[in-house]
Amino acid sequence: MQLIAFYILSTIVVLSALFVIAARNPVHSVLWLICAFFTSAGLLVLIGAEFLAMLLVVVYVGAVAVLFLFVVMMLDVDFVELKQGFLNYLPAGALVALALLAEIGVVAAAATFGGGASFDPKPDAATNAQALSKVLYTDYLLLFQMSGIVLLVAMMGAIVLTLRARAKVKRQDIAKQTGRKRKDAVELKDVRPGQGI
Amino acid sequence: MAGMEIGVGHYLSVSAALFVIGVFGIFVNRKNIIVILMAIELILLSVNINLVAFSVFNGTIVGQVFAMLVLTVAAAEAAVGLAILVVYFRNRGEIAVEDVNVLRG
Repeated sequence: MQLIAFYILSTIVVLSALFVIAARNPVHSVLWLICAFFTSAGLLVLIGAEFLAMLLVVVYVGAVAVLFLFVVMMLDVDFVELKQGFLNYLPAGALVALALLAEIGVVAAAATFGGGASFDPKPDAATNAQALSKVLYTDYLLLFQMSGIVLLVAMMGAIVLTLRARAKVKRQDIAKQTGRKRKDAVELKDVRPGQGI
Repeated sequence: MAGMEIGVGHYLSVSAALFVIGVFGIFVNRKNIIVILMAIELILLSVNINLVAFSVFNGTIVGQVFAMLVLTVAAAEAAVGLAILVVYFRNRGEIAVEDVNVLRG
């Protein structure tokens, strides 16, 4: 039963990954990407990594894919024109992909994996999330905080990159307003009778 | 992995397929940088599946910690990459990246 579910999910993952790179419209690519993320979250649930599966849905589908969707829809680009070199690059790409696959196959055939012995997704803890948090907040606390710094720096980088100061926008400058003195603004003129200024 | 049990080999196969598809996607979509970024996300997803599979089938939880770190880096990379893309589009008016040679000396 589990094996059937695995085969169904993995077929969907591989097919939607293929559609991601083959779709004509990038919006469709993003939607297939979301499909791939959801089904691979299902794959992770199948072997008992529930917390990471939910994290995959939240981070990839909720943040990354939506970001992609925003950017694709925001940029006004002729996507048909971008697709034109597809067939030119197909032979070289296929060659590289096949070579890579052969290499992976050779390595996988030579290696022995220590799997199958202990199928225990949550050692000495009630849930997978609990087991994960037990090591994440103790042994790997430094890595956890450093990943927070990575996110902070990425956020600042994205803001700094896309921020632009427009010249023509008029903004209220409070310091300039309150620092204004009477002698800067008002000038008294002694106007003689019968004369203009 | 004999019989009707899911083994680590099953997950490694899916992961290898995803990885190869991602690399292939980078090659065939040379002009379209948005799809290149999506292919990179696919590659990172395959790495995550690999890490979690080894973590589960070897009975240690540590692999899932590293999968979380990969997830973090993937999110950061997507944010910065798309920001660069938006700036590039604002300056050039197009995103065809086949012949980006502005930085060539």
